[in-house]
Order: sequence, then C-alpha cells, then structure tokens
Amino acid sequence: MRKRQTIRDHSAEANLFARRATVAILIVFVMLGIIVSNLYVLQVEQYEDFQTRSNGNRIKVLPIAPNRGLIYDRNGVLLAENRPVFSLELIPEQIDNLPITLGELTKLLPISDEEIENFFATLRGQRRFKPVALKTLLNEEEVARFSAQKHRFPGVSIEARLSRHYPFGSTLTHVLGYVAKINKTDLQKIVEAGQEANYAATYDIGKLGIEKFHEDLLHGTVGFQQVEVNNQGRIIRVLDVEPPQPGKDIVLNIDIELQLAAQRQLEGQRGSIVVTSPQTGGVLALYSSPSYDPNLFVHGISRTNYSALLNSQDRPLINRATQGQYPPASTVKPHLALLGLEQEIITANTTIVDHGRYRLPNVDHVWRDWKRWGHGKVNVTKAIEVSCDTFYYDLAYQLGIDRISEAMTEFGFGDYTGIDLYEESDANMPSRGWKRARFNQPWYIGDTIPVGIGQSFWTTTPIQLTHTVNTLINRGERYVPQIMRGFMSELGTIELEPLKSLRPIVVNEPKNWNIVLDAMYGVVNREDGTAKAAFKDTPYISAGKTGTAQLFSVGQNESYKEEDVAERLRDNAMYVGYAPYEAPEMSITVVLENAGGGSSNAAPIARNMMDFYFRNHSFAPQLSQSDKEVIRKHETHAD
Amino acid sequence: MKRTQIKPNQVTFLQRIHVDGPLVLGLLVLMAVGLATLFSATGQDPDQLQRQFMRMSVALVVMMVMAQVPPLAYRRLSIYAFAIGICMLIAVLLFGDMGKGAQRWLDLKVIRFQPSEMMKLAVPMMVAWYISNFNLPPKTNQVFIAFVIVVVPTVLIAKQPDLGTSLLIASSGIFAIFLAGMSWRLIGFLTLLGGAFLPIMWFFLMKEYQKQRVITFMNPESDPLGAGYHIIQSKIAIGSGGLHGKGWLEGTQSQLEFLPERHTDFIFSVFSEEFGLIGVLGLLAIYLFIITRGLIIANRAQDAYSKLLAGSITLTFFVYVFVNMGMVSGLLPVVGVPLPLVSHGGTSMVTLMAGFGILMAISTQKRLLSR
Repeated sequence: MRKRQTIRDHSAEANLFARRATVAILIVFVMLGIIVSNLYVLQVEQYEDFQTRSNGNRIKVLPIAPNRGLIYDRNGVLLAENRPVFSLELIPEQIDNLPITLGELTKLLPISDEEIENFFATLRGQRRFKPVALKTLLNEEEVARFSAQKHRFPGVSIEARLSRHYPFGSTLTHVLGYVAKINKTDLQKIVEAGQEANYAATYDIGKLGIEKFHEDLLHGTVGFQQVEVNNQGRIIRVLDVEPPQPGKDIVLNIDIELQLAAQRQLEGQRGSIVVTSPQTGGVLALYSSPSYDPNLFVHGISRTNYSALLNSQDRPLINRATQGQYPPASTVKPHLALLGLEQEIITANTTIVDHGRYRLPNVDHVWRDWKRWGHGKVNVTKAIEVSCDTFYYDLAYQLGIDRISEAMTEFGFGDYTGIDLYEESDANMPSRGWKRARFNQPWYIGDTIPVGIGQSFWTTTPIQLTHTVNTLINRGERYVPQIMRGFMSELGTIELEPLKSLRPIVVNEPKNWNIVLDAMYGVVNREDGTAKAAFKDTPYISAGKTGTAQLFSVGQNESYKEEDVAERLRDNAMYVGYAPYEAPEMSITVVLENAGGGSSNAAPIARNMMDFYFRNHSFAPQLSQSDKEVIRKHETHAD
Repeated sequence: MKRTQIKPNQVTFLQRIHVDGPLVLGLLVLMAVGLATLFSATGQDPDQLQRQFMRMSVALVVMMVMAQVPPLAYRRLSIYAFAIGICMLIAVLLFGDMGKGAQRWLDLKVIRFQPSEMMKLAVPMMVAWYISNFNLPPKTNQVFIAFVIVVVPTVLIAKQPDLGTSLLIASSGIFAIFLAGMSWRLIGFLTLLGGAFLPIMWFFLMKEYQKQRVITFMNPESDPLGAGYHIIQSKIAIGSGGLHGKGWLEGTQSQLEFLPERHTDFIFSVFSEEFGLIGVLGLLAIYLFIITRGLIIANRAQDAYSKLLAGSITLTFFVYVFVNMGMVSGLLPVVGVPLPLVSHGGTSMVTLMAGFGILMAISTQKRLLSR
C-alpha cells in the first residue's frame, strides 16, 4: 500500500466511514422497528387469539362418565346394578422388557394368543404412556392372583370399570332389557339428539326394555376434568373438575317375587303373564317365556350364543307380553257384551237358544260353538260365564263390523298402550278400511261373525288385553300401563311417576258395567263358569274370562282333535282375570301358546299367580264380612 | 509512535487487559439473560445450564485471548486465514462429516471443526484487508473483486448446505464493502441484479428442503402439523406472551414442549412467551447497546482496516439478531441462525466472542498504538 497509495486522505475516509456507519445504524433502527412492530401485532393486537390457541394446545377437557342409575323393584330389591369389572392394563413406557413381562404374565394368568395379538394391535396406535388393556373381564380369583404378584410387574395394573349387571338374569330381560356398547346406530341417534357431549365418556347405552326407554333418566350428566397436557398429550396436572351427575335410580312397579312366580309358572312353555294394578296401570309383573340372560349382551354376546337365540324356534328375543300378537278369542266377550248392551241390541234378559251351531239366512256356512251340542238357553251373563259362542256370533252379526271396530278401538284394541317399552306392537283391530288396504278385498258378513268370539283378523297383545280388561274393571277409566313407578329424588324419596290417564269410555247406562263384571264374576264363581274349577276354594274372590284361540281352521264337517294337529298349530290358552272382585288390586293376563283350552291350561296358572299374589300381600285368608255380603249378593243375582 | 503522549495514569485497568468496558458489560448482561432463558427452555435442566455456562466461559476466554492480539497482526493474518478457510471448506465438501443431513464438520482427529465458523471472521477480515489497501471509497473494479472474495466462500458454504451461515458470511463481507463507501448507484444496481437472481436461485440452486422452508414461511397454515408446525407454535408462543409475558418458567408453549427447537433456534419464542413485549424491548435494548458500542468502536478506530472489520463484525452480529427474531416471528423463512449468545450451542458462541475479542483489540489498542 505504501507503493500504490501515494496520498491518503485519512479524515475524508473517516468522514465517509462515519456517514456509512450512521446509515448503518439507521438501517438497524428501521429493521428493529420492523421486528418490534411485528411483535406488537403478535403480542398486543393478536394477543387474545394467540392466547386462546395456546390454551387450546395445553388445556384438554376430558369427559367423566356418570354412573348409571340403578333399578329397583317396588319393594326396593335391586334389579340392575353397576359392578366393577377388572381388566389388566399395561403402560408400555413403564415396562423395561415387554416380551419378558408378557411371558411372565402368561404364566400367571390365562392369556390367549388372540388377546396378545389384540394388545399389540392397540399398542401400535397409541402413545407409550397410555395404558393398553391386555386382558378384560378378569374374575376375582385372577385379580387376587395378580395382586399378590403385582410388585414383580411395574407398569402393569388392574383397572376397574363399572359395568351393568342384572342379578335376576333372564327373569327380567323383557322388562329391563339391557345395556351394551354404544354402536354406530346409537351414536347417530345420540348426535341427532345433540347429546354427543353428554355421552363423550359413556361406554354403554340402553338397548332394550326399561334401560332403553328410560335411558335419559338413567344415564345422568357427564362430568368434566380440565387438564393441562404437554405436546404428547400426557396429563401434567388437573386444572378443574366438574363431577358428573349420576343417573337417576328408578323404581319399578314390578314386584320381583311376583315376577319370579310368573317365570316359574311359565317354565318350559311359550307364553306370557302380565300382572297390573288396575287402579294405576302399574305393571306388577311382565314375563315372556322363554327368556334369556341379558348379562350375555352387556360385554358383547358371542356370535354362537347370539345366533342360537336368534334362530331358536321358541323365539326368546320376542317380548311376547308386549309384542306377541294373538287372537283375543273369548276374552273379549265381556267387551262385546258391553257394546251390545250399550247399543241396546241386547238387554240383560235377551236370551237365545244355542244348539251348537250358528247359521245366517241364505248362507251355507255353519259357525260352531265350542260345545258341540250347544249351551241351550243363554242370556248375556250366562253367555260370558259358559263362553257361549253362538250368542256372540249373533251379537256380532247384529252389531256389524263398523260398530265393533269403532268401539273396540276406543277400548284400545289395535293400538299401542303406551307402556314404557319400545318393544310393543299395536296388533290389529280389523275394519272394512283395514281389510281393503291389507288385502284389497271387501269386508264380508262372514268375516264379522267370528269377530264375535275374538277371531277373524282380530289380534291383540297380552299387555293390550290387560289394558282393556283394566278399563272394564275401572268402569271406563283408562290408564296407560307403566312399568316405572318413579325415581329416587336427591332427598331419597320416591318421585312418583304421574298416572297417565287416557280418554275414558263413557257409557249411556252405567249399570251395563255391572252386568259385564258380574258375568266375569260368574265365570269364576258360578256353577257353569269356565274357570270355576280352576279357581275352586280360593281365599279371595276373583273374576275373569277364559279364552281359547284357534290357530287352525277345522273343516266344516270335521271335529277338532287336539292330537291330530301339529303342536305349533294347537290352540292358544288365554285367561284374563282380576281380584279381589269388589276392590280389584291386581289384574292378570295369561297367554300360553299352543297349550290348548284356556280354562284348563291358562286359568290354573292365573290362579297360581293370584294365590301367590295374595299370599305374599298378606291378604286375609278369612273372608271379611263385606266379602261375604258380596258373595251373597251375587248368588241371589245369579238365581 | 505517539505513545509518549499518553500519561500512564490514563491507562485504565480494563484498557491494560484490552477489555472494552461498555461492550463487555453488554455481553455479560446478555449472557446472563441467555442463561436464564436457556434454563427455562431446557425444562429447567441444571446439566444443560452448567454446560452452557462452561461454553460461555470458554468463549469469554477466547474473547480475552483475541483481544490481546494487535489489530495490525489481524491485518497481516487476513489473507492466510482466508486462504486456509477456503481450503478447509473445499475439504469439508470432499471429506466432511455428515451431521443432520449437512456436511459442515471437518474431523481433524483431535478436534471436530466447522470451517464455516472460522470464515465468519476470515471473510470480513479478507474484504477489509483488500479494500483498505486502496483509498476509500473503493472503485468499481475493486468492489467487483471484493464481491468475488465474498461469493466464493458463500457458495461453498451454501453447498454444504448451510443457508444460515452462508447468509451471515455474505452479509459480513457486504457490510465491509458498504462501510468502505461503495457508491449508492452501484448498490442500487446490485440490488436490482440480486432481485433478478432470486428466480435463478429458486429454480437451479435451492434444494428441495430449502424450497419447502420458503413455501412454509409464505403460508405456515398450509401444513400445520408438518413443516408449518414450528412456525405456528412459535407464533402462538410469542403472541400468547402478550405485553407482560407469562413469567419466567411459566411459558406453557415451551414448558409443555409444544414449541420445537426451543433451546436452540427458537429460544427467542421462549423468551417472548415468558417475558412478553416489554421483556423483548429490554432484550432489544441490550442488543442495540452492544451494536451501538461496536459501531462507536469502529468509528473511533484509526485505520481503515480496523474500521471496516469492526463495523462488519458489529453489523453481522445485528444480522444474527434480526434474522433469528424475524424467522421465529414469521417475518423471514426459517434458516438456521441462532439468537446470539442466548441460543444453546458452543460453536457459534465462540466465533461471536472471538469477533468481540477483535473489536476489543481494536477498541483498546488503537490509542496505545496510534496516539
């Protein structure tokens, strides 16, 4: 530089550098200004947005499932409970050597290859600090065996979860139903109802019966735990907890003793028993046979078990008490008698002479009475007591289908009773319009005649039949049958479900009720009564009506021989009844499929049930003074 | 030469050990802030804190050593340092170790060495040496040669690939040229040329991952869980810090590990989250203090070489600050530039402190030598 730079103006160079340095520091300020203004935007103007997103990162809301409400019978017996089920869970990150741990566990507990396979499948998709179940539904012995060795297995633990259990098993399946794992369809309904949040932690949902119908009450309200998590989702600490509100404990009208009695009565038979309290519509017992164990469904029923139930000829999955559709047969004669009296087609004294056959003018067809040679001279009362068919053929003929159909619909035939079960069918009350729509055929007069004895397209369900009998007992007042009696309030008292009354049946002549009910009394208590034998010497006074529903048409000139008919085509035996006659506490419907005659098969079962009911309800075996008066009155009346 | 004019009692203790008081004060305060932030960013790991403290001590020793060397010696060393550096950069490209997908390390058996770090100082030294050989301002052909001196190492480092370092090295050389008084017309012309060069860079020179970074920078929300995750989480951390911050060790984005690279390149986000805009202004004040002091030292330097070198080192330090803060707050694409003296990591810290050692040499030795 000494060579090349001859003159060097140091002060000019210093000034130049100073100017450039000043420019540089200005640029520094400008650029820092850009940084600061950007930070101002982020930290001040958009602060709330970023704070929200920061909290969104770290705060997670975890739902806590509410405990499902318990179910009790009317006397406080537990019918559905929540029991802990145990599962063996592994936290991968706390286990040093997974293969060795699995090997040791397999020696200790019966763990299948499938379970290990499932474990690894779940493991692959999960964070290492999240527990993974290896074995579910451990029994108590297995829990004990593992607990004793727990110290050898860091990172392995037994976790308990509450799960539904039905201590009475198959006894109450068709009443309680069951809960099971929420599936896709359930989830869709939950979403439609806007209940996703409430079910966020829930495992099971009511699938059938009371569990399904009163799901909202039983489920409760979800709780929340607000936790702080890190970027892995690991919970660092709990910020806030809102405890879940458990579902309501509900109390049923069902009396488990009576229900068990019903089960015993129907053992080995297909059929159903419905017992209600006529004054309230409360369902005291409702049993459909055969039944099945609902506990099988709670943890997912195996395919073999399910197809066995599904394909069984006895169709145990059907709730016969509410879904079984049967011709009501002679059990509806009281209803029809009332209609005849009301319409003044007959009076209490109208008599016919029954020769065992009924013919219409100019029609070849013959309608037989169940008694080949007929009942002779019968009035309306006797026609019910002896279950004279001919009388009702003629009554039906005179009433005509339109009046019958209208009046019986008013009684509740062919319609849902509104019982608190979704598993109910409306059955069928035939009419001209119905037949036209169903078969595209006109209603023939010949169709009307058997309607008089509860046949000819007329079907009903046992609960529906009970419902209409209750209407008779209550002289027109109608209450919806209810299984649920109420729920437990927070104070521990029972919040009773209000009675649901329906539009009552109003008669022109209230005495007509007495005629009909007296005839039902006669069925059980008078000499020719079809249930006289079955109810011999009861310590209570009951009334009722037998029924035998034909499922198989007998040819015009043949006689019906039971042994010739295939078992599944044999008559259904039916009985409706109530007691005590004067102040009815309970009414009962018994339907036995393919069991034969009502008086010989269904009535004895009804009697057993009534016996059981009154024995259990400490009904005074000795007749009270008023009861004796009642009996005297009826005996004079019957003359 | 003019040493006799200075009375012995005017030479302070700091001057005698060649330390610039205000500068070292600024640096020590910054290091203290850095340690506190790092402690939080590492999830309160005392081991990491201790190691960083050790690195800082080493860096301070390096600074002290560098401060003892007379500026004239640096001037004489410039060309050799640069030549050795270039050779090593070529060696790295040929035999270098891979680390995180880039060839940056040269294994000299005894120590592993990043030649690019050395070039952070060698390039401004070389440019300053070259330009100061002539009268200032430099003529166009001199500027052109100076640019060649800058471009060669820049390209070599960019090929490693290490975009951040090559950017810093290019800036350090360009600052020296700028401070030397390169004409504004030329600056304007080169800016236009640079603008025209950008598309060529995009299509021919940039690697796929580098392009991806730029795309992500333009729109981080396009890939919130992938490449955009870093920048989104960083902005959330900064933004949620607000005016006052969440408090030391209380930053949820950092403590709960939502923020990636939080103790290295993204440590500024941790700082912003925990200390807020007010804290950031304080931090910027420290940086600004150091930069201003550096420019004052440069301005007071007696010879052109010292002025240009000191100015370049100071402004490059600012580039670190600006690029790092800009990239974590979403203003610039993410290139690996640490927040100087705060981010975890030894190599860049030693280089920075060596640079400040040179500044101190210039600051404290000029009077002794020139007056």
